[in-house]
Amino acid sequence: MSVSSAELLRQIKNRIDEVDPSEVKELIGEGVAIVDVRGSEEFATGHLPGAKSVPRGHLESRIESAVPDRSAQIILYCASGSRSAYAARTLIEDMGYEHVRSMVGGITLWKDRGYEVEVPRALSAEQRDRYSRHLLIPEIGHEGQQKLLDAKVLLLGAGGLGSPTALYLAAAGVGKLGIVDDDEVDLSNLQRQVIHSTQRIGVPKVDSAEETIHGLNPDVEVVKYPVRLNAENIMEIIDGWDVIVDGVDNFPTRYLLNDATVRLRIPVVSASILGFDGQLSVFKPYEGPCYRCLFREPPPAELAPSCGANGVLGVLPGTMGLLQATEVVKLILGIGDPAIGRLLLYDALGATLTEVKVHRDPECPICSRAPDEIRDDELGVFPDYEAFCAAAG
Amino acid sequence: MAKIKIPPVLRASVGGEKEVSASGGNVGEVLRDLAENHPATQSQLFSADGELNRYVNVYLNDEDVRVLDGLDTAVGEGDTLVILPAMAGGA
Repeated sequence: MSVSSAELLRQIKNRIDEVDPSEVKELIGEGVAIVDVRGSEEFATGHLPGAKSVPRGHLESRIESAVPDRSAQIILYCASGSRSAYAARTLIEDMGYEHVRSMVGGITLWKDRGYEVEVPRALSAEQRDRYSRHLLIPEIGHEGQQKLLDAKVLLLGAGGLGSPTALYLAAAGVGKLGIVDDDEVDLSNLQRQVIHSTQRIGVPKVDSAEETIHGLNPDVEVVKYPVRLNAENIMEIIDGWDVIVDGVDNFPTRYLLNDATVRLRIPVVSASILGFDGQLSVFKPYEGPCYRCLFREPPPAELAPSCGANGVLGVLPGTMGLLQATEVVKLILGIGDPAIGRLLLYDALGATLTEVKVHRDPECPICSRAPDEIRDDELGVFPDYEAFCAAAG
Repeated sequence: MAKIKIPPVLRASVGGEKEVSASGGNVGEVLRDLAENHPATQSQLFSADGELNRYVNVYLNDEDVRVLDGLDTAVGEGDTLVILPAMAGGA
């Protein structure tokens, strides 16, 4: 038995539910998933506000990452309402989606009615080429790459951890990278701080890092802070950044940073290293524990070797810094399970990665309170720290 | 016997080992057994009044003993204790 394409479309439309653009307009922003099943080139010319792009040719393989919940309310549309009808049939009958409708008349009728169309900022030809391996991953795609290009990430330190993090975030197209570091490149840094070079010994680290970043990716704007983070400048420096990468080498700054970022609700991707061991966690204020929930107090001097210079396997900050970069990208894209409420422990010699749970402390001196209750004079405060750092030499 | 994972800063106190065994029916007993066999760990783990120092976290397998029963948390054969002081190296 053969049927004409017009007859097939009529039969399909009888089997699915359709919805008028006027109703769709009211549903935008109300938790309904709007999915554009046209090709990605068509999507790039303009789409319904907030629509996700899942081209019909990739429907079966990509719909689950766009809309994981089989019981979600989904509205599909295309140019005229035909492709979306076929796609709706596939989602309902082949994939078990329960509430799928196809928009009558597609985006053509939508535009005829004068409703709003969102035109995505197009990537340049060079950007499409540079980021092509991201664009091929459904979880990133054009939308995700645009998020990366719009993201602002502040790196505390262009040292062992900051070097690999900055390199890979720049390569990934994170649009704005801030670097806080008051140090100059030293020969002894180059065993691990791969963003610098032998030719740039004696150059401020922020300048050296900027040169490498621009050589790798001119898309990235670098904001340089050749200063040491302290209680006087921290609120001004960290305000406005989307994510902060903490690789600082001392406890006072870690506590100061924690308290200030809780107050400003900025997530921190934190790592530390010593010898052959590394730790990593993501502190997202009020969604998970903060650094003080994990370590209420810093250890005394004899247990705090970070006060002085210590040995570290040169590769280790590379490993930990890239785990940090990965967490940053996940936070920006909103994908995966960031290490919130978990502390990852990496043992390079044993080649093991273990994790322990970190809970919010209901009595945490900082994050058990509302942000506006945390006072300036409380930031980074704990007993007698400078005295015992001095004692540790 | 429970296994105890020793963090880098405490390894010198246990002869350089990354992991040692100690006996006891709960977390407090296991840690006190550790401190008896390796006296240098005593003051690093416990305050003068015998409580766990606030800057040392102890996990039974992957759970913080503070959300369990603290030093009274029961420890079985084959359990692993992780001792974890804060670490701040970054350079």
